[in-house]
Amino acid sequence: MEAAMDLMRRMPPRSAETALNALLSLLPDHSLDLLSQVDLPLQVCMDKESLKEYILCEYNRDADSYRSPWSNKYDPPLEDGTVPSQEMRNLEVEANEVFSVYRDQYYEGGISSVYIWEDEDNGFIACFLIKKDGQGKRGYMQIGSWDAIHIIQVGPEEEGVAHYCLNSTVMLSLTTDNKQSGTFNLSGSIRRQMSMTLAVADGHLVNMGKMIEEMEGKLRNSLDQVYFGKTREMVCTLRPPPEVLNMRLPDS
Amino acid sequence: MSDEGGAGEPLNVRALLGDDAVYEAAAAEAFPEYNKARLVSLELPDRSGDIIISTYGEIDKNNYLDPRTAQVATIDHMKQTCTKLRPAEDEELPSAYIEEFRCALDVELSKYVVEAYPKGACAVYCTSGKDIEGPGADFSFTAVISAAKRSPQNFCNGSWRSIWTMDFNYELQFVDIKGKIQVDAHYFEEGNVQLDTNIDRKDSTMMQSPDDCAVSITNIIRHHESEYLSSLEESYLNLSDATFKDLRRKLPVTRTLFPWHNTLAFSLTRDLAKELALGK
Repeated sequence: MEAAMDLMRRMPPRSAETALNALLSLLPDHSLDLLSQVDLPLQVCMDKESLKEYILCEYNRDADSYRSPWSNKYDPPLEDGTVPSQEMRNLEVEANEVFSVYRDQYYEGGISSVYIWEDEDNGFIACFLIKKDGQGKRGYMQIGSWDAIHIIQVGPEEEGVAHYCLNSTVMLSLTTDNKQSGTFNLSGSIRRQMSMTLAVADGHLVNMGKMIEEMEGKLRNSLDQVYFGKTREMVCTLRPPPEVLNMRLPDS
Repeated sequence: MSDEGGAGEPLNVRALLGDDAVYEAAAAEAFPEYNKARLVSLELPDRSGDIIISTYGEIDKNNYLDPRTAQVATIDHMKQTCTKLRPAEDEELPSAYIEEFRCALDVELSKYVVEAYPKGACAVYCTSGKDIEGPGADFSFTAVISAAKRSPQNFCNGSWRSIWTMDFNYELQFVDIKGKIQVDAHYFEEGNVQLDTNIDRKDSTMMQSPDDCAVSITNIIRHHESEYLSSLEESYLNLSDATFKDLRRKLPVTRTLFPWHNTLAFSLTRDLAKELALGK
């Protein structure tokens, strides 16, 4: 598994799916680990009842069916599909509503889904997902996609506080393709973790929401400055722009 | 295959396959293809320079011609080293007439590459018409430029590869030039981000003396490659500006963080959504 994860880390993001399939066929016993640790772009399905889309992931899957957060039903239908308890379902419904508004405010479009279920120790786990595809409204970018996965483990409430552990992954892909500038593709994924102990006075949703908002901001900045900056820096190292070369001439 | 040629990767694959014979067989196929595609450049054992591993210089899978020093190197693809070196046979080299053009171009191109690329290598191959003895027939060259930077300790790798083909047309006294430039960079600290770009370019020039052709062709290559670098810079600048915003804004239109506290009740949520929408 270590060899597999090391290899996946070095794979170009666009080949991730092919690489993952190859690894799954080589290491069938490790499929669970592989699937939960490797980042693949999110897939979406349509809830035929409410005509709203929802995101597919391991956390709303049972066998080969996926549960819609809108109708709480599995597609294709599953007789004994796992569903959250009533208490969790209530929180889930509220979370989906609120997160939808948050999504609209930051992403001006896109699709979001939240899945919540009990954890073993009286706490719970919530999975917040966002998928946004951009088509170049401002005229420049041709294809882009942002996939965010936030998984929060919430510990049981004790003396008015609870412990929240957030694991986030953002997968980003930006492509332009035209005769003039050729093909330009920048893709990536980054993962971060954040843990906080907070008062539950205002409810779990407020705490989780704020953590996610802060995390997404940090990730967006990281992607912008560090990652894209770094790859651009590499290009300039391979072939320095003329200004840099001119500065060197007096020495040589 | 991933873009690195580092030592760690073959070990990973070997561990995954778990069967050395299978690994050896697969590696024998994959490694040469990888090295050719990446235009890997290796130092010649006699220190006479670098040899680029490419299909254009391929004699057979493990033997490659270095046109500049007229030698053929035997390559260990997995270790990326040169194990043997011999002078090239006459049949493997172009005629004196062709060599005049090839050599002049190689000299000009090398000057350009040393100037423009801190760690670059280049080679010029005759891909058709190498036995032509004098003017009157067409011939073709392919020039490759390869620059790579490996910084695994900084979690960063990158490469620039250009392949330029030149078709010398005797009747029209014309050289048809086509180029393909590929640049990629990979950063993988706590994540995995890759830049993957390529472009095709076309140009042409008059057929002249070997030296004049060399200068003219090199100027054309220099021009297109500088232009491409500028275009990449521009793409990056536009990235943060327009493109990123299309995916996720830095802040909502309200320029404040999301009011999580005000969304405790369902009805409030929907009203808030409407209110925020009207405020846009």
